[in-house]
Amino acid sequence: MEVCVKHTLKLTASSLAIALALALAGCGEEKKKEEAAAPAAAPATTTETTTAAPAATQEAAATPAAPAPAAGSQITIVSWGGAYQESQRKAYYEPYAKEKNVKVVEEEYDGELGKVKAMKEAGNVTWDVLDVDTAHALAGCDEGLLEKLDYSKIADRTKFLPNTALDCAVGSIAYSTIFAYSADVYKENPPTTLVDLFDTTKYPGKRALLKKPFGNLEWALAADGVAGADIYKTLSTPEGVDRAFKKLDTIKKDIVWWEAGAQPPELLANGEVVMTSAWNGRIGNAIKEGKNFKIVWDYQEFDWDLWSIPAGTKNIDMAYDFIKFASDPKNMSQQSKYIAYAPTHVDAIALVDPAIAPTLPTYPDNMKTAISTDWTFWADNNEELTKRFNAWLAQ
Amino acid sequence: MTIAANPHLLTIDGVPLKTRLARAERSRKVRAVALVLPLFVFVVLTFLYPLGVMMLKSVQNEETLGRLTRTNAALTAWDGQDIPDEPAFAALAADLKQAQEKREAGEIAKRVNSEFSGALSKFKGITREVSAMESGPYKAVFLAADKIWADPALWRVIKSVSNTYTPYYWLAALDLKQGPDGLERAPAGEAVFIDVYARTFWIAGIVTLFTLILGFPVAYLLATQPPHRANLLMIFVMLPFWTSLLVRTTAWFVLLRTEGPMNDLTELLVGERFDMIFTRFGTILAMTHIQLPFTLLPIYSVMKTIPSSHVRAARSLGAGPFLAFWRVYFPQTVPGIAAGCLLTFILCLGYYITPALVGGPRDQMVSYYVSYYMNNIINFGQASALGAILLIITMVLYWVYNRLVGIDKMKLG
Repeated sequence: MEVCVKHTLKLTASSLAIALALALAGCGEEKKKEEAAAPAAAPATTTETTTAAPAATQEAAATPAAPAPAAGSQITIVSWGGAYQESQRKAYYEPYAKEKNVKVVEEEYDGELGKVKAMKEAGNVTWDVLDVDTAHALAGCDEGLLEKLDYSKIADRTKFLPNTALDCAVGSIAYSTIFAYSADVYKENPPTTLVDLFDTTKYPGKRALLKKPFGNLEWALAADGVAGADIYKTLSTPEGVDRAFKKLDTIKKDIVWWEAGAQPPELLANGEVVMTSAWNGRIGNAIKEGKNFKIVWDYQEFDWDLWSIPAGTKNIDMAYDFIKFASDPKNMSQQSKYIAYAPTHVDAIALVDPAIAPTLPTYPDNMKTAISTDWTFWADNNEELTKRFNAWLAQ
Repeated sequence: MTIAANPHLLTIDGVPLKTRLARAERSRKVRAVALVLPLFVFVVLTFLYPLGVMMLKSVQNEETLGRLTRTNAALTAWDGQDIPDEPAFAALAADLKQAQEKREAGEIAKRVNSEFSGALSKFKGITREVSAMESGPYKAVFLAADKIWADPALWRVIKSVSNTYTPYYWLAALDLKQGPDGLERAPAGEAVFIDVYARTFWIAGIVTLFTLILGFPVAYLLATQPPHRANLLMIFVMLPFWTSLLVRTTAWFVLLRTEGPMNDLTELLVGERFDMIFTRFGTILAMTHIQLPFTLLPIYSVMKTIPSSHVRAARSLGAGPFLAFWRVYFPQTVPGIAAGCLLTFILCLGYYITPALVGGPRDQMVSYYVSYYMNNIINFGQASALGAILLIITMVLYWVYNRLVGIDKMKLG
């Protein structure tokens, strides 16, 4: 019974510290570091063979649909790193490893579905469960990179919130892209609306934004006065796209770009920026750790994180078994304790502590001006707008 | 005499000498080949084969390969001007139906969408619709579904992607595209890559120059000091050389931050903090530091072989210190300079991690975009074309370099 943490070094500030520490410890250019965590406290485990039988019977009783994973087997789960993955570790990976007597190997990514395609082409898919957002869930499904899910092996499909039980992915939490600022910098008259993010006269200083057109173009239009309901109608015209880039132009020289979810709280904490877009739970956890940050919910961009299974994994039964475990309302409701994200299973929502509700993206007050993303628009236009965005960045 | 020409000359055991020699020669050849074979196989498998695959992917329509054969046949005779007729629609419908069954329709839609933005959702919609149909006519159904199907420009794209090979990725990598009347430049808003190539070579060139300016005097110092002192100095050069690239980049990330030590120093000295992280300045600084040993070491090892008597002789014949250095010493170091600079320049062309960490969006080099298209856009063809063009430009530069400097003159020590 152990949980194995595999850190993939990436371009995040947080992993920089790890990279430095690892390399100084003599690991050189190794990109992956497998670090066996201390075995979770296990009730009277002597050898794997002795625990195998009870674990298997327990499992068989609980889930007749999916075959039980053999004791000591291993599953690789890939997620978005940082505070988010940590909350998943506490809510799912460690309890799962303990209950099923298996090993959970973690990896991190930043939405690079291309890696799944490369693994699939090479015939060696080493990822078993993948945490995706809606855009990746839909694209991955269309391009055959994700397995079509058999909900009979997971849970009652009708029990999930609308738009979270997709063909190739099942929702785990609701998260949101918001912007946050350092309350140490803006003590009086702090930013309260999205317009303030774009106002460098009133609120001077650098701000960090996600290095993608996705989300930023919507915000630019909203800050430029386009009504929430008209954003995608405007973006569908060349003039609308020009207008969005023109608005971004006004703050371009003050923008630092982030690519991994762990970066925004760090950029904010080390004073590199005074405001940043971020996924709300990352900021929420930094606040819990004592950072003086504030979240602005105006025009929050609401989305889901979902579990999916990369097409071609040899470990598909275990992947289903894990997703079933994670979709169980009791288990799912645990994650909100560790990060401010709301569950997607209706029975899990009821189990969330009401005290943390105002920190969740689904809280009615936070939802007032929320943008609901048009996924079809982005599926159609992402490649072209990304090219335009890259050209704009390079200007 | 005719001993050598005598075909019947025998060795002591009666075998003709010629046969015997040939046998000995053959076994030696076999042994030589056997020794080289592992390396040869290794190079083929890990270098030539992937390069071949990359080249192929950069010109192939791999997403639609073998999936639009009916459409391709139906569109061969089409002139590209008006809306095609029913057979073309029926062929596309049949291809989409088949692809849908194999879960390949999404890839076709994505491939068309790369060239015709907005086609993805329309493809998904029509695929669903025709999959539910037993038989045609299809044209009316397509046209009723969306006006996009009446656009000859879309059909030109469909025709082009239904071919096995495509020039699209190469053209796009050079900021060109195929218009109705031949090649066109991509509109200013979409032209990225020429800039990226220019930037890649510019940064590589600047870094090479800086490493040379900084490395040459140090190499000279190392080569001319007495061994005990030179060895100590050598440690200072080698220590960073032995440290991993990622670690050195990370160290620069920490040093260059707005709240970092370098800015603490400038604030102390001139009372101001500067933008150093996420800038071209930071990128070139970090890359110069990382590449310095690669330029320095070949120069140093060449300098070690130059006898000090040459300069002394020049001096004794009346040359001043500068003239003796410039006319006698410096020309002998050129092979080392050539080797060091070429090494650094070519390594710099492939830099990814350093610009990604300490550079801003305007400092990203070609490899960043290769990775971006591979991982995020999932457009392997575009990534391959970008890589292939970088490879070709590098080879051309190498050829020019060889003509100017001569690769046989290059020395690593």
